[in-house]
Amino acid sequence: MLVVLTVIAIVAAGVLAAVNAVTAPQIEKINADNLAAGIKAVMGNDDITVAEPQEIEGGFTAYAVTDANGESLGTAVTSTSNGFGGPLQVLVGFDNEGTILGYTILAHAETPGLGAKASDWFQSEDKNGKGGNACIVGKNPGQCNFTVSKDGGDIDAITASTITSRAFLLSIQNAYNKVIAGQDAVSGASTQASSSDEECCCGHEESEECCGECEDEKDCCSASDLGTPEVIE
Amino acid sequence: MNNFKVLLNGIIKENPTFVLLLGMCPTLGTTSSALNGMSMGLATMAVLIVSNLLISLIKKLIPDAVRIPSYIVVIASLVTVLQMCIKAYAPDIDKSLGLFIPLIVVNCIILGRAESFAAKNGPIASIFDGIGIGLGFTLGLTCLGAVRELLGTGTIFGVTLWGESYGMLLFVLAPGAFLVLGYLIVLFNKLVKK
Amino acid sequence: MDYVLNLVLIIITAIFVNNVVLAQFLGICPFLGVSKKVDTASGMGMAVTAVLVVATIVTYLIQTYVLNAFGLEYLQTIAFILVIAALVQMIEIILKKTMPALYQALGVFLPLITTNCCILGVAILVIQKDYDLLEGIIYALSTGIGFLLAMVLFAGMREQLELTSVPKSFEGVPIALVTASLLAMAFMGFSGVDGGLKILFGI
Repeated sequence: MLVVLTVIAIVAAGVLAAVNAVTAPQIEKINADNLAAGIKAVMGNDDITVAEPQEIEGGFTAYAVTDANGESLGTAVTSTSNGFGGPLQVLVGFDNEGTILGYTILAHAETPGLGAKASDWFQSEDKNGKGGNACIVGKNPGQCNFTVSKDGGDIDAITASTITSRAFLLSIQNAYNKVIAGQDAVSGASTQASSSDEECCCGHEESEECCGECEDEKDCCSASDLGTPEVIE
Repeated sequence: MNNFKVLLNGIIKENPTFVLLLGMCPTLGTTSSALNGMSMGLATMAVLIVSNLLISLIKKLIPDAVRIPSYIVVIASLVTVLQMCIKAYAPDIDKSLGLFIPLIVVNCIILGRAESFAAKNGPIASIFDGIGIGLGFTLGLTCLGAVRELLGTGTIFGVTLWGESYGMLLFVLAPGAFLVLGYLIVLFNKLVKK
Repeated sequence: MDYVLNLVLIIITAIFVNNVVLAQFLGICPFLGVSKKVDTASGMGMAVTAVLVVATIVTYLIQTYVLNAFGLEYLQTIAFILVIAALVQMIEIILKKTMPALYQALGVFLPLITTNCCILGVAILVIQKDYDLLEGIIYALSTGIGFLLAMVLFAGMREQLELTSVPKSFEGVPIALVTASLLAMAFMGFSGVDGGLKILFGI
């Protein structure tokens, strides 16, 4: 009786070990591929070389990215903050000036249909035709008020998901402060942010360039003009 | 009983979701969209077919006293194999189903069918029983997922029917799962039982 | 101090915010099956709580000292379910011999618990969430309390429901599901509380 059970258990363990040997490398490959694809997407460039990851205190991982010719494109950073349902992990790409090139959500536990919309809310312009100011692509967290409009910032929060939006923006702001601007700039960035309500959100003078990712540069750049009426509504 | 009858029996007369009310945890937990429900149903069906087959093949070798533990070992190994394959080849499904994949082990449907059907019938009939019950389960989960997705977000299998602005989000969230299942059971009883 | 606050947060989250039945959909079978009377529901709830705590301790130790130590993580599901099944049997035998009164109260529920997915689910979640042993025990205990709470509330509602007349097609399970939906809706009111507490505690 026990012999049979033992035999079954041994056979089962053997089968599992074999399957594990086949699938484990594939699982690792998929995880690596996902990260590589994510970095490509957030940097907006398919032909890139990614340097060895660099762990930065506070739970950030930075990947320096260079293009095919070996010129630096910027940095992709993973950053985590507390969302509504649990940790919210984003991968965000900055160019060398700290302007956001793109982002992707790596892991989240937000409410489906509400907070979970963060994965495309902050990178598309059309918000049910309202033409809001939610797109963060092309903005520079060091040069604009990188908080939700409810808190006096420049970014429109996801409808009915302010906490998720705050967490999302905070994770990117933190990534910027820690990795792009360096430790010293943390206080500087926040004071600058609060005093620059009226300023254009873009890092450059030529707005076309910085807003290349967005369809309508005006929506992307004239932050406070469009942002204020939304708040009142 | 011929095999076709066994198959149909699983889909309608002994539908695990609407009639037997088995495996309620994944039924409610993974049906936030039609696609999620269908993936869960298919994953369960795969385990069910193979476990039914294996158990009907080895049932004579197993002494009665260690029957249940042996079945559990067989089912748990199948689930682990499935879990590894999904992780390796369909990582998106792994992300959306998460914890409920290893929990297929404790899905009462699988052990229940092993006990009540596979242990008494031959391998071929057991396979058909697995397919029938599996299809019934998949159908139930897909229906539930589709209704919740449609009412909640206005889409079905990701295809937009009416805009998200008309969705009642409640249906995608936890209470909607209970509510929709309750009404679907009523509907199923009205349509099928009479 | 932070560690204690963290434990408090785990307790509140597991009981109210992420209630095991109403938000995570684990342990639905007993929730629907043995919730017709408040006493049986509370008996089931207590049996599940007890098994949850013991099972979490044992599976945690197995994961740390056997599976992780020998690189056998892929045997997790199979090891956990066997341990849980064996454990439930053992608890049943021990209870029968040493505490017949308690066995009378909880004994009938014990065989049903092996296939209760909240036991295996919590055991796996404790590993996934990287809890240490104490956090794991607290988490299992409060999950059990959350289960007990949901069971007792739901059984109370169903007892009242027996006295009312419902449309014929809704009798039995369908009306129970609709009631459960309302209960889940009530528990949704707790969502976000954990985030607020996190800020309050400064974690």
